[in-house]
Amino acid sequence: MTKLKSILAGATALVALALPAAAQTNVKIGILSDMSSLYTDLAGAGSVLAARMAVDDFGAAAKGLKVDFVSADHQNKPDVGSNVVRQWIDVDKVDVIVDVPNSGVSLAVNGVVKEKNKVFLVSGAATSALTGPACSPNTIHWTYDTWALANGTGSAIVKTGGDTWFFLTADYAFGQQLEADTSAVINKMGGKIVGSVRHPLNSNDFSSFLLQAQSSKAKIIGLANAGGDTVNSIKQAAEFGIVRGGQNLAGLLVFLTDVHALGLDAAQGLIMTSAFYWDQNDATRAFAKRFAAGNKGIHPTMVHAGVYSAVTHYLKAVSALKNAADGKAVVDKMKATPTDDALFGKGEVRKDGRKIHDMYLFEVKKPSESKAPWDYYKLRATIPAAQAFRPLADGKCPLVGG
Amino acid sequence: MHEIFGIPPQALFGQLLLGLINGSFYATLSLGLAIIFGLLNIINFTHGAQYMMGAFVAWMLLNWLGLNYWAALVIAPVLVGAFGVLIERTMLRHLYKLDHLYGLLLTFGLALIIQGVFRNYFGSSGLPYRIPDALRGGTDLGFMFMPNYRGWVIAVSLVVCLVTWFVIEKTKLGAYLRAATENPPLVQAFGINVPRMVTLTYGFGVALAAFSGVLAAPIYQVSPQMGADLIIVVFAVVVIGGMGSIMGAILTGFGLGVIEGLTKVFYPEASATVIFVVMAIVLLVKPAGLFGRVR
Repeated sequence: MTKLKSILAGATALVALALPAAAQTNVKIGILSDMSSLYTDLAGAGSVLAARMAVDDFGAAAKGLKVDFVSADHQNKPDVGSNVVRQWIDVDKVDVIVDVPNSGVSLAVNGVVKEKNKVFLVSGAATSALTGPACSPNTIHWTYDTWALANGTGSAIVKTGGDTWFFLTADYAFGQQLEADTSAVINKMGGKIVGSVRHPLNSNDFSSFLLQAQSSKAKIIGLANAGGDTVNSIKQAAEFGIVRGGQNLAGLLVFLTDVHALGLDAAQGLIMTSAFYWDQNDATRAFAKRFAAGNKGIHPTMVHAGVYSAVTHYLKAVSALKNAADGKAVVDKMKATPTDDALFGKGEVRKDGRKIHDMYLFEVKKPSESKAPWDYYKLRATIPAAQAFRPLADGKCPLVGG
Repeated sequence: MHEIFGIPPQALFGQLLLGLINGSFYATLSLGLAIIFGLLNIINFTHGAQYMMGAFVAWMLLNWLGLNYWAALVIAPVLVGAFGVLIERTMLRHLYKLDHLYGLLLTFGLALIIQGVFRNYFGSSGLPYRIPDALRGGTDLGFMFMPNYRGWVIAVSLVVCLVTWFVIEKTKLGAYLRAATENPPLVQAFGINVPRMVTLTYGFGVALAAFSGVLAAPIYQVSPQMGADLIIVVFAVVVIGGMGSIMGAILTGFGLGVIEGLTKVFYPEASATVIFVVMAIVLLVKPAGLFGRVR
């Protein structure tokens, strides 16, 4: 049956190639994510689900698009990730790569996709280099980036008096970029960095680093890490009485699933920046309900929402062009069309590949304020789209001004 | 202020103590590995998964049955140990006559399967486990704030390590065990049930792993990867200590905890690799490990 299907698909593809005016357009979406390690819950299988939901909701079949999916685990290794993508594009004829949490892997994939002229929609990765020096005519950075996180959380905290910082930084592309972006914001606002320590990815024990942070006497300990590393840092900071000693933690990248894993007891009061929260309006709640039902109850993170939104906009562009083969043309079309979907509302894709929308500053609720499972955030402030992301001119992206 | 290598002595003492605490995890885990290797000649790669199972069983006992930490400290090792016995009875026992590699491959495969099952069921972000009320809070030692729970971990690990060493090296039961691994047919000829002894030894080694899993649950996130993150380091500890040497495993466990702790102060970027650098150096100088005998 499957064989017959793929023969049919192959035959249709041939026909489509031979007759560009044919009614059906084939699209193959490749979701490359972390399927087995620390980022699995915040992206992983949920990202595949979100992409499928986007295709269903778009009504792709009715609009003449035939969409296929492949997905793979990049194991957080840039070499594995770029090999998978090469094979997908060369052998499996994949048109668009989606998600790719882990900045290191996404930078590697970014290069491959550009070389092959396909499309790269980034939701999971954070590094602002993707729309900075490493920007590409084939890449759109959808959900969030290190600059937006630093800008949202960093400036909110400095404004309320947290003006001396010590960083706990994950020692790879993402952590270093996040630390650099946040430091820039803090320095600009008159704050001071008193020190930092770089820990290896997936460290188990943070007590030693926390002790260094403690003796630095900084008011704020900035966690420039993600996933399990952030969870363990916060948990062990509570154990070592960091917050009781008068210092505060700033989680620079905290996902809904991290808060769920920590429990409100340990996470309450934490301030973080996010592009999406499931309990914002009726549309996001409806999405979350459908999503959680298909994802073992795990509610959507901003990464999942970003995948949904990005794939939706991608399909719009492809159905307008009736062709997915030329990646740069599709991305140009996506940049020319204003974005609008149920989860992120109206927005745009900038020339450097940055997707622009509002960002939000959330605070984690106290256990007494939470009324239902996954009821975790309360809104502190909305950062309007125009201020939420790095100004176009500051990114050093070669596509800008050229 | 007085400084040692550019660091105030208070901070240095604090880091040394933290190193010892982490070392106590390495010690209990590598102790189990060393017993299993020393007495059964099996390289037990499932050890990390069994440590993770210990933490998960503690979580299940608390959330599904309402049994607290202290109960879990006893029940989890027994349950996971029984699981170990099952593995030994049905699978491992067929491999004793073969090369080490077969045992390694089997246990490695089992570890991947167990982790996959837990990840599929519980997800990857982990589950929260509270520190028991009696051990919450901490004590100000002057040079650092010492959480009571960490003090408990170091004390109980030391006791478990020393008792285990004593039983194996100094008692009659331990003597039987050691004899049974040197020359099974002869020991069997004296009327001792060697296969049962071997099974129970494996079960005990696994129970030790589960015990450290329960100890770790309140500090680290209870997550399917928690064992995989640790197991490679623990293997390095066993290799440095000398494969199968029990005292070697304990001493190197604590020692490497301290070395790693100091690296986190002076050059944190290398803290994930320093143990392997030590391992490479030790293997070059003393191929049998610090406390190992050449077989």
